[in-house]
Amino acid sequence: MTQDERVEDVLRSLAPQVLGILVHRHRDVHGYSDFARCEDAVQEALIAAADAWPRTGVPEHPLGWLSTVAARRYVDLVRADSARERRERAVLDATPPDALVAPAPDEEPVRDDLLELLLLCCHPALTASSQLALTLRAVGGLTTAEIAAACLVPEKTMGQRISRAKQRLREVGARFEPPPEHEYEQRLHVVLHVLYLMFNEGYSTSAGSELRRADLTRPALHLVRRLHERLPESGEIAGLLALMVLTEARSQARTGPGGTLVPLAEQDRSRWDSAAIAEGVDLITQTLATRPLGPYQVQAAIAAVHDEAPSTEATDWPQILALFDVLERLAPNPVVTLNRAVAVGMVRGPNEGLALIGELESGVLAGSHRLLAVRAHLLEQAGDRTAAATTFQEAARMAGSRPEQRFLLRRAAANRTT
Amino acid sequence: MKYLMLIYGNEDVWNSLAPADLDALIGAVDAFNEALRESGELVGVEGLIPRPRSVRMVQDAVVVTDGPYLESKEFVGSYFAVDVDDEQRALEIARSYPGLRYGGGLEVWPLMEHGGGEL
Repeated sequence: MTQDERVEDVLRSLAPQVLGILVHRHRDVHGYSDFARCEDAVQEALIAAADAWPRTGVPEHPLGWLSTVAARRYVDLVRADSARERRERAVLDATPPDALVAPAPDEEPVRDDLLELLLLCCHPALTASSQLALTLRAVGGLTTAEIAAACLVPEKTMGQRISRAKQRLREVGARFEPPPEHEYEQRLHVVLHVLYLMFNEGYSTSAGSELRRADLTRPALHLVRRLHERLPESGEIAGLLALMVLTEARSQARTGPGGTLVPLAEQDRSRWDSAAIAEGVDLITQTLATRPLGPYQVQAAIAAVHDEAPSTEATDWPQILALFDVLERLAPNPVVTLNRAVAVGMVRGPNEGLALIGELESGVLAGSHRLLAVRAHLLEQAGDRTAAATTFQEAARMAGSRPEQRFLLRRAAANRTT
Repeated sequence: MKYLMLIYGNEDVWNSLAPADLDALIGAVDAFNEALRESGELVGVEGLIPRPRSVRMVQDAVVVTDGPYLESKEFVGSYFAVDVDDEQRALEIARSYPGLRYGGGLEVWPLMEHGGGEL
């Protein structure tokens, strides 16, 4: 790891703590705080650190350094924001009520506000893309420019999206505190979904954007890991962590020369990360044995079966099919059915798989490249090469991404040659 | 998800607008763009200059010619791209495009992503 990467890692892991400290210090008597301003102040402190630390080295008390700088920036922002006649009052407002007894920066008690911050950033009043952007910035410690690059939109667009999200939080009176009991499960579910999307967004990227991939998968993994440390009793957090670890373990083998996608069946399994696989398998085995079952755990279990198999042929497909049956009961959705059809094809033969996806033809997946690709795959398996070639070609036409399109075109061509 | 919106214009319609209507249209389009910019959904917006060149292979050589000359009355006059949560939102934006009320048309094209799902 280079010095820059080390600094980046320290900053990303401390960002939510610094924000938590600031938000807590500047709460008014009703428990409200100016989240948007706190977040801006932390962001400026992070940028200052990213500039200074690679030259001066990471300070002895990085958290103290950051929270002191952030607190100063916060005061600056309050001053700058205020109209002249309100300046005096603003300075007063900017002084924390407990300023006289506040601990020295390096004695600041270590708070763990990660969960509260995540719940706030993934507030249901925000759109999915805003939840993702705000989480990356406020909790993931990424700059607006980095998030914009990762999401392939102009920096200005991303800046606007983030400030609109913060404004929206203010409008709905979102507070920095745990949601009421009856909302908790659902709110936590949204947080996990946002982290899952963040990981997937990074993971599913290949061609020419190695940087973008790591930019999103790393913070997602890091945040879920920290969340798991904070709430070890949650089976679904553990399940999501195991799923990410087991998926990331295959990432090196997933991209071929020139950024082409290498499907699971063709991956060089010696390039899979065996240490990560061991960690993920341990985690999911333990979790399944001791926690109530949930969809992320089942998906992790499926990933574990794949990761432990020496080849596609030697994969325990009956086990995978059984897990898909469970998943379909827990969280029925057409994409799960589609994946189950692949497993059915492996266990009971391609014709049974084809019969199953026949049921999906009238649903939301009708005409989608995913459905067409699975159909083509099953046709190929059944030995109908002509129909497989045509169907792969149709799938390629509807593909949602360039690497997928190239992969599907290649499969179509392979079925046309004799 | 990103969507490209191709805006079809009709010069006959534009040229027949009364000055007040033209001002109203321009104002409405500016406000439309600004609202999308503020919501953090606008990826880009540009007008097209109707001076296209066509680049084709003719026999074994690449040939650049003027044109294509537009035979139909409607042609792409501008485009904008948005990054939104889903297709429903993209269509909502498209439906609210002010130019529609003045005889233009709009096509909504989903853009490919750069990654790929698990295969």
